[in-house]
Amino acid sequence: MELTELTECVTSLSCVVTQVAAGLTIGMLLFLVASGLTLIFGVLGLVNFAHGSFYMMGAYFALAAYGVTNSFAMAVLAGTLGAALLGLLFERFLLSRIYGQDVLMQLLVCYGIILILDDVVKIVWGADFRSMGVPDAFRQPPFLIGGGIIPYFYAILFGITALIAAGLAYGMGRTRFGRTVRAAAINPGMVGALGINTTIIYAAVFAIGAGLAGAAGALSAPIRSVVAGAGVSILIESFIVTVIGGMGSIGGALAASIILGLTRSFGSIGFPLFVEGAMFVIMALVLILRPSGLGGRRG
Amino acid sequence: MGFARDAGWALAALAVFIGLEFIGLRSAGFVDFVIRFATFGLLALSLNLLIGTAGLVSFGHAAYFGMGAYAFGLLMQTGQWSIPAAILAALAATALLALVVGALCVRLSEIYFAFLTLAFQMLLYSVILSWISLTGGDQGLMGGIPKPVFLGIDLARQEHLAAFGIFCLLVSAVILRQVLRSPFGAALRMLRDNPDRAAFVGLSVFRYRLAAFVIAGTFAGLAGVLMSLYVSGAFPTFAFWTTSGEAIFMIMLGGVSVFLGPLVGTAIFLMLNDWITALTEHHGLFLGAILLVIVLGLRKGLLDVIVEHWRARKEKQP
Repeated sequence: MELTELTECVTSLSCVVTQVAAGLTIGMLLFLVASGLTLIFGVLGLVNFAHGSFYMMGAYFALAAYGVTNSFAMAVLAGTLGAALLGLLFERFLLSRIYGQDVLMQLLVCYGIILILDDVVKIVWGADFRSMGVPDAFRQPPFLIGGGIIPYFYAILFGITALIAAGLAYGMGRTRFGRTVRAAAINPGMVGALGINTTIIYAAVFAIGAGLAGAAGALSAPIRSVVAGAGVSILIESFIVTVIGGMGSIGGALAASIILGLTRSFGSIGFPLFVEGAMFVIMALVLILRPSGLGGRRG
Repeated sequence: MGFARDAGWALAALAVFIGLEFIGLRSAGFVDFVIRFATFGLLALSLNLLIGTAGLVSFGHAAYFGMGAYAFGLLMQTGQWSIPAAILAALAATALLALVVGALCVRLSEIYFAFLTLAFQMLLYSVILSWISLTGGDQGLMGGIPKPVFLGIDLARQEHLAAFGIFCLLVSAVILRQVLRSPFGAALRMLRDNPDRAAFVGLSVFRYRLAAFVIAGTFAGLAGVLMSLYVSGAFPTFAFWTTSGEAIFMIMLGGVSVFLGPLVGTAIFLMLNDWITALTEHHGLFLGAILLVIVLGLRKGLLDVIVEHWRARKEKQP
């Protein structure tokens, strides 16, 4: 514990600005993954244990596209669309066969696909750690606010993730598609009886969820190392987000992601060895005090 | 009555095994397989108390496997403990961990439960990785585990360890079967099939599930002890999520509805695993594909299918 350093940081404006900026960026990336997980749960009623694998695949697709085109925009697009397509195939050919079966079946199918994807990645890209590195276009001087440093690329990442989050909120809240999806989450039978094809809705929601995870993987490829098996740790984190925010609640997921992002960035100064533990403590507290989560319907 | 018969079968199985060892089936491969079978069989059997009997799908069962292994290994490395005492202490530590995690998890709905047990297991995993001064981090518990002789049993000898492993497995199986036969076991099945009704007739859902969770965790801890005796150490992968996944895979292979199903599944899994490892380095690819075929094709374990056929035939010919 280096609590004196934490107090020093919290009392100095420059340090607070730096850490809050880092925390928000980490939090927003986490939100992209977690919102996909919670969206799939809310509509399809199943937990996608393989969600982290779509994050990982997004990062690898981005890496490959970046190597070919040298454009970060193309890399993110490839990561997002690639993961969404993979999600679509996964849902159509595997998951849809076990709808209505117990959790054990869902878990086993996801376990199988995690094993397969981890090995496919090793075969295609090798087992070593890889990193994209910050693209040249974003190697700009950092922003200085109140003496705090905000890396240029972090600001860009925050902007992109905020745009995606806003798009998601608009899409789910304001459009006809979003209303249909929300209706299907509450009463799929009735939605089907109204002549709407729920099979397509389910497939689309799964693809969007997987695409969000892929986008997060692609966006964080320049700042984190990409490695086979990386999916599980992000899966656990986004699950903690879903528990804190409430299963199925996108607003709750946003709040929880930012809480966890800030816990990570300030925790790395104050209690570097206990950062993960701190996230679990927050989760345990939420489970005991408010089991349905910050914005959840019911546990 | 039931107990006496089970105990008789268990004694007979133990006698047959020791007899086999005596008449010369002492090849390293066979003994090695038996030790692994006892270890993972016990892990799968204990997990099936949760999945098959109580309907609690835990994806974090390897946490107790890892805890048993590390607790036992650390106690033995102090050099002050005899093996039976260290086993009992390791089981107590595992039961305590299961009590704490279970108290947080068993109240939750099915999906939350699966995920939370996984999350707490990964917490234990990262504690093992980062508490390097105690656990050796990703190198694992190094330096070997001393195995002082007790009651004439020398666990440093593989044949003794194999017989000891089979003994632990059989004793645990007899105890677990008694648990299933008891009113407590009947209550667990009722909780699985209709928790609302169980609560309605006055059972404490929380207490029964928690008790099942602690019992299953403790036996998984014993499996962990066997594992740490087998490899003479303890490694973080014991508590990694893949170990839990493998245990669920074993149960799935054998079947959840038959008591000995998980043991059949363990034997199949170990043979499958050895075969794939010898064949290819892309272990996950093949294992994952086989898993998907079985899950999506059969939708239940091997023994489940056989027992169902057998029952259906019996009904046709009264």
